[in-house]
Amino acid sequence: MLVYADNAATTKISDSALKAMMPLFKEDYGNPSSLHSIGQKAKEYLEKARADIAECINAEPSTIYFTSGGSEADNQALRSAAYMGKKKGKTHIISSKFEHHAILHTLNALEKEGFTVTLLDVYSNGIVKPEDVKNAITDETCLVTIMTANNEIGTIQPIKEIGAICREKGVLFHTDAVQAAGHIPLDVKDMNVDMLSISGHKFHGPKGVGALYVRKGIILTNIIFGGAQERKKRAGTENVPAIVGMATALKDSVANMEKNSEYVTNLRDKMIAGLKDIPKSRINGDLQHHLPGTLNMCFEGIEGEGILLWLDQKGIEASSGSACTSGSLDPSHVLLAIGVPVEVAHGSLRLSISEYNTEEEIDHIIKTVPQVVSYLREMSPVWEKMMEEEK
Amino acid sequence: MALYSDKVMDHFTNPRNVGKIEDADGVGEVGNAQCGDIMKIYIKVENDIITDVKFNTFGCASAIASSSMATEMIKGQPISKALELSNKAVVEALDGLPPVKIHCSVLAEEAVKAAVKDYYDKNGIFYEPELLAPKGCGDCHGSCDTK
Repeated sequence: MLVYADNAATTKISDSALKAMMPLFKEDYGNPSSLHSIGQKAKEYLEKARADIAECINAEPSTIYFTSGGSEADNQALRSAAYMGKKKGKTHIISSKFEHHAILHTLNALEKEGFTVTLLDVYSNGIVKPEDVKNAITDETCLVTIMTANNEIGTIQPIKEIGAICREKGVLFHTDAVQAAGHIPLDVKDMNVDMLSISGHKFHGPKGVGALYVRKGIILTNIIFGGAQERKKRAGTENVPAIVGMATALKDSVANMEKNSEYVTNLRDKMIAGLKDIPKSRINGDLQHHLPGTLNMCFEGIEGEGILLWLDQKGIEASSGSACTSGSLDPSHVLLAIGVPVEVAHGSLRLSISEYNTEEEIDHIIKTVPQVVSYLREMSPVWEKMMEEEK
Repeated sequence: MALYSDKVMDHFTNPRNVGKIEDADGVGEVGNAQCGDIMKIYIKVENDIITDVKFNTFGCASAIASSSMATEMIKGQPISKALELSNKAVVEALDGLPPVKIHCSVLAEEAVKAAVKDYYDKNGIFYEPELLAPKGCGDCHGSCDTK
């Protein structure tokens, strides 16, 4: 049995998205900037996709800009807001400690350009407190960026409240909704956001494509220069097949959201029921404010990469925030931000499921994870020491 | 491309010499849980020969595979031979490790030396300190490889 449980990393493309993309490779392959018929046909596809995506998040089509993915959307959003602020002499940005690296590393780059950045705590439940945002805002603040849902632990942030605070204070508000789009309802007006990033491959669309919602009145800064595509704000021939695939996948995800969410939540709850009694384990993040399909756990006394590779041997594909899997010496910044001790954070496991997973697959996970955990614990000197101290 | 060589995967999924020796003549423990790797090696020594060896490891697949390989390489060998074991030899025996994982092999070398040191100390055997000095990149635990 092969169980794909790494949907927060990427998803399988849906049949409908793939089907919608196919004509754009060999028949309607024109360049939307061309004036001939096939070019103009591609342009129709492009604008239809823009309208579809806008509708999914309650925005106007003219507020949607296509990018190469979530990271580019984040980069452009942050730079745009920062430079708008700088023109008014405002150079302070607020974010949180557990944002995606597309945010954190862009903020690092902006710091080198003279901006100051405040990273808010996210507490043990993995949720930013709106009053912390309020307290951190100064006269210098030009931007607040807080993710809609965290990619590692799945916690959903109080975006609407934070957005309301930003509106009141006249500060731009961006949210990285890459993990949230297609999984929970997004309404840019209700959420009080000025900018919002999404990525196609997190909701059964293709990779290499994303979109940035930008409220009217915000001036985007180019980060890619060239042709006049995307109203001169993002050069480069539009990836029409991927854009159409993304729009189709998002439309489907939104149309089936209630059904899928209920199904996936049930599977996740089953997984929790089957795994929560593993001794010396913990579930990371508040499950009340949570994406349907993500479950992040830590198992003390063992290291995450070993768990992952053993699960892979047993046909389960998952992910970990351990240092060994990240290629750095430090475990997940997300787990550290929510106060998980370093040595415990090394033993993390993220299982992220989708509507494509089945009950049988969850049974396989519930059966296999405890086996792998106890096997690795048996050979762990850390576990041995813990057990001796218990006695 | 696979993350690890077949050899590494073999020693990870079928580790040799896992366990502990209750009446070990020498025990070496290196690494720390904060860094994500701890290796503990137990040796039995008779007439200067390592007659048995076991290990316990907390760490990633390459840490487990490095421990397994190192124990296999020193089992039945004279202590002098075990002290010659370098992290490089472990890496070669495993058909290579990714650059960020080289520190796992360093840890294995250090664990073997720590076990021998413990045996020497317990038995009042004199030794030149440099004999037990790591041949690898020392106790940096890979920070030189990743930065």
